[in-house]
Amino acid sequence: MEQASVFMTHEIGLHARPSVKLTKLAKTFTAKIELAIAGAEGPWIDAKSIVKVMAAKAPKETTLFFRAEGEDAGAALAALTALVERDFDEGKADAANA
Amino acid sequence: MPPMPETGARSFRGLPASPGLAAGTLVLLDDGPSVGAGTQVADSKSPDGEAERLRGAITAATQDLAGLMEQLDEETAGIIEFQIAMLEDDALVDPALQAISEGTAAEAAWQAALDAQVADYEAAEDEYFQARASDLKDLRDRVLRNLAGASGARALPDGAVLAGREITPSRFLETDWSRGGGLALRQGSPSSHVAMLARARGVPMVVGLGDADLPEAGEVLLNGDDGVLIVDPDDQARAAFTLRQQAASSNRQLEEAYRSKPAVTRDGTAIAVMINVADPDELDDLEPADCDGIGLVRSEFLFHGPGGLPDEEQQYLAYSRILRWAGDKPVVIRTLDAGGDKPIAGLTADNESNPFLGLRGLRLSLARPEVFKVQLRALARAALQGNLKIMLPMVTRPEELTQARRLYAEALAALRAEGVACGEAPLGMMVEVPAAAIAPELFAEAAFFSIGSNDLTQYVTAAGRDIAAVTDLNDSTHPAVLKLIHALIKGAAAMECDVSLCGDAGGEPSEIPDLLRCGLRSLSVAPLALGRAKAAIAETDLADAHA
Repeated sequence: MEQASVFMTHEIGLHARPSVKLTKLAKTFTAKIELAIAGAEGPWIDAKSIVKVMAAKAPKETTLFFRAEGEDAGAALAALTALVERDFDEGKADAANA
Repeated sequence: MPPMPETGARSFRGLPASPGLAAGTLVLLDDGPSVGAGTQVADSKSPDGEAERLRGAITAATQDLAGLMEQLDEETAGIIEFQIAMLEDDALVDPALQAISEGTAAEAAWQAALDAQVADYEAAEDEYFQARASDLKDLRDRVLRNLAGASGARALPDGAVLAGREITPSRFLETDWSRGGGLALRQGSPSSHVAMLARARGVPMVVGLGDADLPEAGEVLLNGDDGVLIVDPDDQARAAFTLRQQAASSNRQLEEAYRSKPAVTRDGTAIAVMINVADPDELDDLEPADCDGIGLVRSEFLFHGPGGLPDEEQQYLAYSRILRWAGDKPVVIRTLDAGGDKPIAGLTADNESNPFLGLRGLRLSLARPEVFKVQLRALARAALQGNLKIMLPMVTRPEELTQARRLYAEALAALRAEGVACGEAPLGMMVEVPAAAIAPELFAEAAFFSIGSNDLTQYVTAAGRDIAAVTDLNDSTHPAVLKLIHALIKGAAAMECDVSLCGDAGGEPSEIPDLLRCGLRSLSVAPLALGRAKAAIAETDLADAHA
């Protein structure tokens, strides 16, 4: 089990488009990947489920905690935290509509 | 164009909201097939059969959405992509399948599962998440329609004209417009969100038809150019409409044909037509040969990135890319024009009572020289990559121009001292502040003028474009605006200073003849307007204006 956390500065939080990007990226890994927003103690949700990720309703300036288990767990965590650090590749114009 | 004949057919006049012509069958929105909440299916057979039906309906709904997405711009497609991702997620479907396995019909199971989701979003504290409840309702209803056997519930006859009181943006987006069609609304507004979508998608739309007679399945001709709906047309009306459609189609072909040709008026006067660029990505779909250069690069695109203000290297790379695209054609890069309606976090002033009259454009750059210098250094380096011209926005007094020139000279000197390759590009100015337009002779230091007709119009008419109640006053063909442009061009000619125009007026076929008669010989227009601007130029005869 590997863990990582990243502070989300995205202007509006874990909204539709960022959630789509996050879950799509998570699904490219075979590892079981989970996400928590309340803290490193969970509750943990399936980071590959857009329904669950959206239901977490993470506002902006939330710290996202990831944990992963499986062969490519390390790569998965690195890729997911990098996506969040890149602000989900959303420009300002996108953020308003995300 | 000739007025539409109204004999034998009932003609109703509304307001044009999106241009174009549509002939088809009237489909009433308000009476459209709806799916009642909690619809129970009498012939539900077995849990397995019901699960199968639900899966089938979800697959069909997903395909509908995927088909819809292909025709959308990136922004709208993002929302549909989200809906698809939700539908494809087992976590959404599992509660419904669970209920089905316990004997519930597919419709009721899906409805209950999605209602729970909707309620969850509606209870959210955050306004954004609350608004997603509508996406979940869309998904709920789309699958229910498919369950009702009706992938066809929203299928429209080819070229159907949707009519009713109002239409929601989501209903607009759900509708397949690829086979034509139009919108005829009793209420609505040309500035509504749906009207904007309709214009972007090329769907003809007329609003404000009031109590017009709108018979279900009636034959109609919809004219979004003039805001007219003809119900039950006779042969004569049909023939006139067909002629009009043919003219519009050949117009489009004409514009396409003009796009790649040099712009010349009927009397043989050559006009330079350049393009406005707000984002370098736009250039990927454009041919440099189709334009005479780039008359305006809005450098603001660099300043809206998530990483905050761009550094020198980012700016240098972006400018270089644009310059290399244009080859040896001129590229006018405008220095940061933030403020007004273009705030930039951490840079523009907050709480200005009237931002359009505040610290914007060059005023802001001079107030924040540490930011301005980075841009000037990047521009000085990029100058070696092509035919660069630098343009300063919102110049009001000649001292501002002097100050900017000094900062530019300092940036060049510093780069040279550091041994960094750089080049000196001519420094010109936007003419959008009336003070500059009235007295161009004060700005002899400017290497060129470019008329910013949008701001110039709003400052001359004292009417903002963003204020709906006064948009009709914000008229770039107001005689006072044209008189000012005319005087500016004469003044610039006396100074032997080049003048171009880079506002929206330059791409409007109805305004181009006036501008050319003012003496303008260089325009910069939105890339989409290239063909129609050149076509309008070709129709303009300046023989009598050369006196």
